[in-house]
Amino acid sequence: MAWRCTVPARVLVARVRVLGAARRGWTPRESKVVSERSTKRVPRRALFPFGLLMATAITGAFLVLPLVAIFTRIPLSTLVDQLGNRVVRDALVVSLKTTLIAQAIILLFGTPTAYLVATRQFRGRSLALTLIELPLVLPPAVAGIGLFAAFGRSGLFGSTLQVFGLELPFTQTAVVLAVAFVASPLYVRQAIASFESVDQSLVDASRTLGASPARTFRRIALPLALGGLGAGAALAFARGLGEFGATIMFAGSFQGVTQTLPLAIYAEFENKFEVALAIGGLLVVISALLLVALKIRLGWTSSRSTSLFLFAPSRSS
Amino acid sequence: MDILTVDITVPLRSFTLELALPLEAETVALVGPSGAGKSTVLRAIAGLTRPSQGTIALGDEAWFSSEKRINLAPEDRSVGLVFQEYALFPHMSVRRNVAYGGPHRVDELLARLHIEALADARPGQLSGGERQRVALARALARDPRVLLLDEPLSALDAHTKATVRSELRELLRELGLPTLLVTHDFEDAAVLAERVGVIVDGKLAQIDTPQALVAAPADPFVASLTGANLVEGNARAHGGLTEVILDEGSTVYSTDREAGRVGVVIYPWEITVSNEQPVDSSLNHVSGPITSLATIDNRVRVQIGRLTAETSLDSAQRLGLAEGVRVVASFKATATRLLPLP
Repeated sequence: MAWRCTVPARVLVARVRVLGAARRGWTPRESKVVSERSTKRVPRRALFPFGLLMATAITGAFLVLPLVAIFTRIPLSTLVDQLGNRVVRDALVVSLKTTLIAQAIILLFGTPTAYLVATRQFRGRSLALTLIELPLVLPPAVAGIGLFAAFGRSGLFGSTLQVFGLELPFTQTAVVLAVAFVASPLYVRQAIASFESVDQSLVDASRTLGASPARTFRRIALPLALGGLGAGAALAFARGLGEFGATIMFAGSFQGVTQTLPLAIYAEFENKFEVALAIGGLLVVISALLLVALKIRLGWTSSRSTSLFLFAPSRSS
Repeated sequence: MDILTVDITVPLRSFTLELALPLEAETVALVGPSGAGKSTVLRAIAGLTRPSQGTIALGDEAWFSSEKRINLAPEDRSVGLVFQEYALFPHMSVRRNVAYGGPHRVDELLARLHIEALADARPGQLSGGERQRVALARALARDPRVLLLDEPLSALDAHTKATVRSELRELLRELGLPTLLVTHDFEDAAVLAERVGVIVDGKLAQIDTPQALVAAPADPFVASLTGANLVEGNARAHGGLTEVILDEGSTVYSTDREAGRVGVVIYPWEITVSNEQPVDSSLNHVSGPITSLATIDNRVRVQIGRLTAETSLDSAQRLGLAEGVRVVASFKATATRLLPLP
């Protein structure tokens, strides 16, 4: 990777030209002439493809380098050894437990919500969609302070919760709430799009064949939307696993209680850098596996949908 | 067998659908251009679209009544609706699709519609004709007391359409259910149905047997829908006949008595095509070059100016008909119908 940066830009220009020329089937003699000329000045016609190539090379290097660095900074065996560390094991347990519980809550409430929004026309539907999507673009710190203001000791529902002897901030429940708040829009939005893409005539056919709305949902809409729902769930899971800002504000970072994997990275950053790196590597592997699973599920070949993030179309607008 | 009574008003985007129709144990076809509100009628009967007012009842069982505030859910109405694109469930086998409507008669229906061999196939693997049979079997599995078919032949290619059509006709006769089907093709309607209703802009223009519609169309639209030539002109009495000066200039004679603006209706099979003006009893002769030829099975449709004539394939070959060849189209004054135009 590093050598590429040491090559002077003008030489690189020439290389790119030769590559381009060869692909177009020019004879070597001609391409040589072109490359000689282009060392002096890039022809205007070649400027655009050259620009694209350069931008792509820089983007690729920029995105891959930090990930490569995690695994190359210290020997791989040391990295794997660090996973046995108490802090890592505690954080892994907290992360998996809270993310899975949050995931269950998201599926349980998000699926019916998405089905209702996708299949009914009602006043304020666009507003509802926007509200569902808002947490996606909110800074996580805002989510954290918002959760505090709602469920904190002196918050909106704080006194109500205290009557039942519940105190949410800095507990594992707080982690679950923070994760659910930040991750659920990803699932709900994808689920709305999936339910909307189910052919309405199939739903109509089910009804005329004697099936109730509930049976139609279970036997027709749900199975046909399942691929999209799975994709949405995977996205929400990945987002939940990486949740940091809202969690540290609302739940704090107590080892074994609220310290999730990303929080542990932050804690060990100053303390034991190798441990932070090991957790980083673990999260890279988990995220990559999730993404690959998702892509296989949705089909590698459908290059048409490179984006997994479909905004739910707003039919009423 | 109960009579299905439909008397509904449904406001649509650009017009209001108003239809009153009693349906006995017979097949009635609603024909009309696309967008005339035909499918809406079926959806309203099935309970998928709510009329603004009116009644829908099977026997003395009300399915919809704006007066009594009754509106049964689709699953509570005993209808079998076959959708235009068949709407088969793609994630279920043929057998499970049929069983969705009712699990008791699956094998009998698969056998009856000759699709036993396809029982384990998915809808995506089937041809258009096979899909239609699965859709029919599925609709019948519910033991419906009314059958509704939305453009049952439009999703088929021309090659399979004729076979499927005669099979469907036979099945509908055997079932003996009140059946309402909609189509944009008069020929399909004439083959499948005992009565044909013509719908224009949400209103029933005429309802009768296919033969009666062809013989006595109530208005120019019905005439053109049944496949007749329709040319416009001004009529006045001329001896014992009516003389019509067509807008394009030529003159035709008719035994119908009309005066003023008229549409002249002539069926393609009433027009003979010859190379020279024949000496026969025909009063009307229009000559001109052939602008287009279309062969349909063993018939040839010949376009001469604004007239369409039909001859057998044999005659067309014998006369050497081809585009550009000058011919004479002849038809009797008794073969023309005059319809007053507004």
